[in-house]
Amino acid sequence: MKVSIQVNGAERHGDVEPRVLLVDFLRTNLRLTGTHIGCDTSSCGACTVLFDGEPVKSCTLLAVQANGRSVTTVEGLASGANLSPMQVGFHEEHGLQCGFCTPGMMLVGTALLEHNPNPTEDEIRWAISGNICRCTGYMNIVKSIQHAARLSQAGEVAPRATAATAAGGE
Amino acid sequence: MLPAAFDYRSPGSLDETLSLLAQHGDAAKVMAGGQSLIPLLKLRFARPELVVDIGRLPSMNGIRRDNGHIAIGALARHIDIERSQELAAWMPMMTEAAHWIADPLVRNRGTLVGSVCHADPSGDWGSVLLALDADLVARSARGQRILHANEFFRGPFTTALEPDEVVTEARIPIRKGASGGSYLKLERKVGDFATVAVAVHVELDGRKVSKAGIGLTSVGENNIKADAAERVLEGAEPTEASIKEAARLAAEAAEPKDDVRGSAAFKKDVVRVFVQRGLAAAVSRAREVKA
Repeated sequence: MKVSIQVNGAERHGDVEPRVLLVDFLRTNLRLTGTHIGCDTSSCGACTVLFDGEPVKSCTLLAVQANGRSVTTVEGLASGANLSPMQVGFHEEHGLQCGFCTPGMMLVGTALLEHNPNPTEDEIRWAISGNICRCTGYMNIVKSIQHAARLSQAGEVAPRATAATAAGGE
Repeated sequence: MLPAAFDYRSPGSLDETLSLLAQHGDAAKVMAGGQSLIPLLKLRFARPELVVDIGRLPSMNGIRRDNGHIAIGALARHIDIERSQELAAWMPMMTEAAHWIADPLVRNRGTLVGSVCHADPSGDWGSVLLALDADLVARSARGQRILHANEFFRGPFTTALEPDEVVTEARIPIRKGASGGSYLKLERKVGDFATVAVAVHVELDGRKVSKAGIGLTSVGENNIKADAAERVLEGAEPTEASIKEAARLAAEAAEPKDDVRGSAAFKKDVVRVFVQRGLAAAVSRAREVKA
């Protein structure tokens, strides 16, 4: 089936069997490998993407269901060399160890701050409760999201050069 | 994991949906949010020839008050229920139940009606609908049927729906008197199925219970309505003794099995404790409504 999906702001087209999962379409067809496959059983949240702005598991969504909709992956967070506040937060607060859960965590955090710019620690923990970090780095993940909230609230969206470099900015 | 191949249709109207189901019957499977169906497709426990994705049907995602009942549309998601201010005022037990379903990512896609039609005995909404005496509106090309929650669940993953039918909404009756409810759930971690959960609803007429509803999750072949426990409460004042007796009868109605989440004896006792706590909370909420 022909699909047309807005991915990170750009219209992307594909011809897929109905059984193809969105995560496979993103990784294989579009080569956007920042979206990870963890458990593949809807349990871990590593494959989280924003679907019309809301975090969902892309391993539990068919690519054809996304036809005509908008998808944001971790590749869509930065603009050029400029990291988003959430990415700066994870850099500054050491919000990742192995990095496998990080794309999902950052997308969930980004969606949370969209509708709740100043969340409590409990609200952050509740928001990330569908995303598993097997390094158990939750303390720093919470701190990273808090850091991003402070940055966003201060309007300090301009990233720091060091952060961009460290993340291999373009 | 890749599901077995299937054809996919995403009808734009209910009529088109009904005609697809009339044509394909058992070979077709309806999908709303897909949070139960897609995992089954991936494990190849389900291998339908055709998936009918109703996710794009217009005006099916509403939560509205209508002629003595609350109508939950087939596409109303768990998150919509969790966030609905109106529902929190009309039926707070539903807000409470929604909050504990799966995890936030699943709640952004999964629907109440889809979960009920999936009929997993560990599903939370089945117990809520049983406790609240809800109805399900089933449509087919042949017409419309109203199915009472009590006759809907027929066993694990089995419902009273015919292959050509689709549920368009759940209807929860609103009664005039003071009422209160509570949903209690024990889970090992976020996202796990319930070890045990109970839905409890009471309505008061003066000092007496005019109506009681108790639904049990994860303790049998399907969601269980604890009739005998309900009858003990109805027509009497809710005292400590009657609540304890209802809790004992509810535990008796439960038919759990030993598994990784606990022994059958443990689960029965959790039912007893939860029903007792839930009833106490529900009665006190109902009294607050009245005051």
